[in-house]
Amino acid sequence: MTSIKCRLEIALTTLILLGFSNAAIAAAMDMRAGVTDISRRILQIHHYSLAICVVMGVLVFGVMFYSMYAHRRSKHPIPANFHENMLVEVVWTAVPILILVGLAIPATSALRDIEDNSNPDLTVLITGSQWKWHYQYLEADFGYYSNLSTPDEQINNLEPKGNNYIIEVDNALVLPTSKKVRFLTTSDDVIHSWWVPDFAVKQDAIPGYINEAWTRIEEPGLFRGQCAELCGKDHAYMPIEVEVLPEAEFDQWILDQLLAIELASGQAVADRAKTWTQAELMDIGQTVFIDNCATCHEADGSGQGSTYPALAGGEIPTGLMATHIERVMNGSVDTEMQAWAPQLSDLELASVITYERNAFGNNLGDIVQPLTIFESR
Amino acid sequence: MAVTSDHAVPNRSPLIAFLSRWLLTTNHKEIGTLYLCLSFALFFIGGAMAMVIRMELFQPGIQFAEPVFYNQMVTMHGLIMVFGVVMPGFVGLANWLLPMMIGAPDMALPRLNNFSFWILPFAFTLLISSLFMEGGAPNFGWTFYAPLSTTYGPPSTDVFIFGVHLMGISSVLGAINIIVTIFNLRVEGMTLMKMPMFVWTWLITAFLLVMVMPVLAGAVTMMLTDRHFGTSFFSAVGGGDPVLFQHVFWFFGHPEVYILILPGFGIASQVIPTFARKRLFGYHSMVYATVAIAVLSFVVWGHHMFMTGLPLAAELFFMYATMMIAIPTGVKVFNWVATMWRGSMTFETPMLFALGFVILFTIGGFSGLMLALVPADFQYHDTFFVVAHFHYVLYPGAIFGIMSAVYYWLPKWTGNMYDERLGKIHFWTAMVAVNMTFFPMHFLGLAGMPRRIVDYSLQFADFNMVASIGAALLGLTQVLFLYIVIKCIRGGEKATSRVWENAEGLEWTLPSPAPLHTFSTPPQFPTPEEAYQHD
Repeated sequence: MTSIKCRLEIALTTLILLGFSNAAIAAAMDMRAGVTDISRRILQIHHYSLAICVVMGVLVFGVMFYSMYAHRRSKHPIPANFHENMLVEVVWTAVPILILVGLAIPATSALRDIEDNSNPDLTVLITGSQWKWHYQYLEADFGYYSNLSTPDEQINNLEPKGNNYIIEVDNALVLPTSKKVRFLTTSDDVIHSWWVPDFAVKQDAIPGYINEAWTRIEEPGLFRGQCAELCGKDHAYMPIEVEVLPEAEFDQWILDQLLAIELASGQAVADRAKTWTQAELMDIGQTVFIDNCATCHEADGSGQGSTYPALAGGEIPTGLMATHIERVMNGSVDTEMQAWAPQLSDLELASVITYERNAFGNNLGDIVQPLTIFESR
Repeated sequence: MAVTSDHAVPNRSPLIAFLSRWLLTTNHKEIGTLYLCLSFALFFIGGAMAMVIRMELFQPGIQFAEPVFYNQMVTMHGLIMVFGVVMPGFVGLANWLLPMMIGAPDMALPRLNNFSFWILPFAFTLLISSLFMEGGAPNFGWTFYAPLSTTYGPPSTDVFIFGVHLMGISSVLGAINIIVTIFNLRVEGMTLMKMPMFVWTWLITAFLLVMVMPVLAGAVTMMLTDRHFGTSFFSAVGGGDPVLFQHVFWFFGHPEVYILILPGFGIASQVIPTFARKRLFGYHSMVYATVAIAVLSFVVWGHHMFMTGLPLAAELFFMYATMMIAIPTGVKVFNWVATMWRGSMTFETPMLFALGFVILFTIGGFSGLMLALVPADFQYHDTFFVVAHFHYVLYPGAIFGIMSAVYYWLPKWTGNMYDERLGKIHFWTAMVAVNMTFFPMHFLGLAGMPRRIVDYSLQFADFNMVASIGAALLGLTQVLFLYIVIKCIRGGEKATSRVWENAEGLEWTLPSPAPLHTFSTPPQFPTPEEAYQHD
């Protein structure tokens, strides 16, 4: 209760201080300036159009309120009789046209620059899927998924919420400063929209389409955004986090990633060579399940109605092993069940399938090894 | 019906009499009442859904509504308010008023009128019943973008499609009836350019309806065949195009938003002159401006799609076309102000709502102009700034317009004056609450809060709490409105036939309450009194 009261007080104070401009208020109430040339030009256009609207509003409402005061019956008992005037009609048609032309000029010029996607230094393919982003660096030829990292306990109000509640991810997109970065956006399922306000980049990710956008970021830092197009159940939980590094650090980061990929592929070979016990697989499988599957099928495997079927006693997790592997790896067309083969390693897939067959009271006792998954790919 | 057969007496039982009166009625006034009652009932259902949304957004985290249910609420709230409240509300006003305003005995096609109303309760029962179906109600937003609504839609999507078809049939039939009535049943001497503004705006709205509702029907039919008959209109996998859906939807959708506001313009143009005691300024330019808005509404649909990767040329075209709408809209606002200028104003409840309409609708118009600027739209699009914008044009716009009309004509309908003191309380609390609810949403959007999210990060907490408190107050004020209307129906100070001292129009020559059958013989137009004044 105190937090509600406290927040109310803050909100009211903010409203009262409306007239007194300061940075904190601007951050809560105004579009942000951002860290690119385009984002600042857009802010200017926003302020310019807002100012025009405020001036027009003050004029029109000013006349209106004056009239309400001065031409009320108690002060002005006999109404005038005019009801037409060609001149004023022409004036108040023509003047807005001029104002609109004045608005259209900077908007057109900014838009031409926003849509100029030529000559990028670096291209990132952004693929949306329910409810995560995948970033593929086209030149360096590697990519990874970026998932919400806020724990469920915070969302369900069981733990205090962190500062970056639901706008934090496990693997941020990493970009360099001062390079022209081109974004290509597309989607694996429904329409998403990739938006980082500090770059003023918002582009729909549409299945079957590849859209373009670009940015040139001027300063390093962490920048956050969210999916902006309703994309189903967890639309609110599909954040974007971008870590911007100075150029040299970014180049080093790319090299580190390539090295890590090489190490991981060595690890994958080792994982396949090993014969895992059920306990080991169950242990890893539980983590994989909570991170990837529980949002729909629930942590206890109870599911959510017919859209997200229960796994406890479910047809597939208690059925044939081959069918189960097929469903998890390739998903199911026309439902929200995704293909997990491209998203998880052999070991993760083997663990999560083993987990599903032995958790939630399914207790089938059978397990699957990473090697089997590797051979099914 | 065993119970009623027990009462089988020569005179029909009251229940049967009641049912056959209201089910079979072909009287424009009774059908108008039915439309208004349906609209009012759905207003509370859609409003209750808005309360669920605002309760969930009162604080960050998941409190009352799981994400899937929240999305269902967002979807159903939008569908019900657009198709179930504002559209039937305006059609109800048209039914009551158009024949009385043009001196006709009834609508031109009375049986069609009965049919077009009675489709609606079934359409909305179907739609609302989807909440209780396996997989829940539609959860993809009232804009139902493919493929979220096609490949990924819940089973109840088919019920939704059927419901939209029914509403569309009802709207088209109603609109045809209105067009035919206005063109054929005007009293002698009432040329088109002498029609009251409410009649004009409804004539234009009816044309918009006839032109765009079939487009919506096409969109949902393509959805249906995509879902069940193997077509791929909107599926990229089969060579179709998800963006095509948005083109088709918004080709319907943008004229639709003018369908939701033009009759409101007409209402303001009737109410303001009455209480300013001065004729409407610039009648001709008001008519031309309305026509211009309607024509432009067909070439601006792309402004809903600036983020979908339209080519530069298309973005520029839709930006310029959208900005042009500000010109005729501005003309209308200036004309209303000029009507007030040097009038002799009093501020009864209908006037208060009409003035609230003009001011707050204009604020919504300003944010609309800002949204038209494509570069800025890269920051505004799909945020709460848009939510603030369209609620400003729809709540204090369309809904305040309907409320102004209800207060203005209620004495004519019931024969009783409403409680003026309560009416003023209703207006002022609604005015405070509507701004408290929707104004902070501008700030939320600018600060970066996307729309249609069930949960938000902590920097958005303050304004969401303010908006939720405002919404609760706004919901309460409408309960007061219901009380005022019921009280007025049940009794009150008797209304005179003219009701308002300077009210113009044929409807005011009729007694209050207006008898069931009016203008069986055509009235004189203009009325002797008005003809004298205008000479």
